[in-house]
Amino acid sequence: MSIFEKAVDLLRDRLGKDLLEVQRYRGETTLLLNPEVVVEACTILRDDAELKFRFLAALTAVDYWPEEPRFNIVYQLYSHEHSTYLGLRVPVQGKDPLVPSVEGVFPNANWHEREVFDMFGVTFAGHSDLRRILMPNDWEGHPLRKDYPLGYEEVQFSFNFDEIDRRKPYAKE
Amino acid sequence: MAIEERDITLDELRHLVSNRALEGDTMLLNMGPQHPSTHGVLRLLLELDGEVAVNVIPDIGFLHTGIEKNMEAKTYEQALVMTDRMDYLNNLGNNLCYAMAIEKLVDLDVPERAQALRVILAELQRISSHLIFLGSHALDLAAMSVFLYCFREREIILDIFELCSGARMMTSFIRPGGVWRDVPVEFEPAVRDFIAYLPKRIKQYEDLLTNNPLYIDRTRGISPITADQAIEWGLSGPVARAAGVNWDLRKSNPYSGYELYDFEIPLGSHGDVYDRYIVRIQEMRQSLRIIEQALDRLPGGAFRSDNRKFVPPPRSELGHSMEAVIHHFKLWTEGFSAPKASVFVAVESPRGELGCFLEGDGGPKPYRVHFRTPSFAALQSMPMMSRGYLVADLVAIISSLDPILGDTDR
Repeated sequence: MSIFEKAVDLLRDRLGKDLLEVQRYRGETTLLLNPEVVVEACTILRDDAELKFRFLAALTAVDYWPEEPRFNIVYQLYSHEHSTYLGLRVPVQGKDPLVPSVEGVFPNANWHEREVFDMFGVTFAGHSDLRRILMPNDWEGHPLRKDYPLGYEEVQFSFNFDEIDRRKPYAKE
Repeated sequence: MAIEERDITLDELRHLVSNRALEGDTMLLNMGPQHPSTHGVLRLLLELDGEVAVNVIPDIGFLHTGIEKNMEAKTYEQALVMTDRMDYLNNLGNNLCYAMAIEKLVDLDVPERAQALRVILAELQRISSHLIFLGSHALDLAAMSVFLYCFREREIILDIFELCSGARMMTSFIRPGGVWRDVPVEFEPAVRDFIAYLPKRIKQYEDLLTNNPLYIDRTRGISPITADQAIEWGLSGPVARAAGVNWDLRKSNPYSGYELYDFEIPLGSHGDVYDRYIVRIQEMRQSLRIIEQALDRLPGGAFRSDNRKFVPPPRSELGHSMEAVIHHFKLWTEGFSAPKASVFVAVESPRGELGCFLEGDGGPKPYRVHFRTPSFAALQSMPMMSRGYLVADLVAIISSLDPILGDTDR
């Protein structure tokens, strides 16, 4: 029995219906979970004597706007004992997105969750220090959302220099 | 319109500093982002009790360039040039990680010659990155001459990169399906000269530092961490290996043919600044071993996959094959499409585990790219590592983590 099957069996046993789906793609296994159980699932995977997924390698999000549930929070766990990655995915609704923080299980989730908060505007319940991390404190919007446009700068020629300058978003004096 | 002045008050940081700071008992001091020993634009807010750091609060984001967002607006192959600009001391490693993610997503083969070339280039890049670590680390601890020597040797590596790709740093040489083009005939002698030359130089650096009492005083026993702490805080690469975590993705999850080469993983036991230095020095020697083996067995044949759905045909075919013209046109106008699925690929960068999460949506542009970068994890653990040490030690700790701010902020 592979390590993934063990993990799936264990989580199905402990979480029941909250383990929504098991996705397999090119040798990778990703488990789709209900947001409510993500902390429990991480604790089980970390503490199980056989699995030992003790390392949170990555935590990020994907925006499926305008579909619902809009966001997926993606976790990548690593087990040094088995030299393998395991993905977790948590679907989150678009309106007031809220996920429990896994900071208590993996301390390094702190900054990763701040980054997701900064870039996607997903709030993490129970996070100790949820501030913006990459963007300036007073930034408006969440850049990695799909409805956030990629900005560009208009080219100024002599004939339209002032006109463009007027609506350019930089500080004057 | 005036710039809106925004006072940063202590209120926002109240939960991060101790009560003594609020009473004025300890001092809050800003270090960086313009500070020569913060290795770029890292800002640290220090809470000091005299010379001792009570709290260290890293503030990142000064080099955020929106690479992940920008990549979503480019085709898979166009987006590759953005990866060069992430960790600017590990350009080829970033290329490799992203190219491998694409290859996994679309199931694209890589010829053996390309794999061996990738290994040689990635290991050269590792040496050049460790040379910069060594130079700047020694400079921070007031050993000026090591810095000059290291940059001299790095220049040789950059010349080799220029030989292959035409660019010293932003090479974009490793492409999905292989490498951009075959290496010139001068490549092999140049690399062989270099691997014959470097061991003597590494010994010189060691003569200057390893047993130098001044250096040992500044580094040994500074900020030791345990293997458990390293795993808990997501540390990888030399920092984790100095603490005794026997984990190197080249051994544990071999990619690009690393399983064919015979090399060792240097391990420390104390996890202090000195061990991190020793691990990196030894890693340079191991990299030389890998390069030598890869050169010896460098197979002939194609340097890039033959799968024309993803890899453009050689220029010479365009004159006589209509099909080649069609493929060329399709690939350079629209690009190739990837299925609606996601993959996660990790490689061992000089700083540790560099991961790429790549999701496709069936179209020719990546739907979402995320890089899990080792410097991000390393800087996150700064407060844990540096509480209770002197300000002068902070400089040693920062440089021993070898953070690259382009890698942290992306």
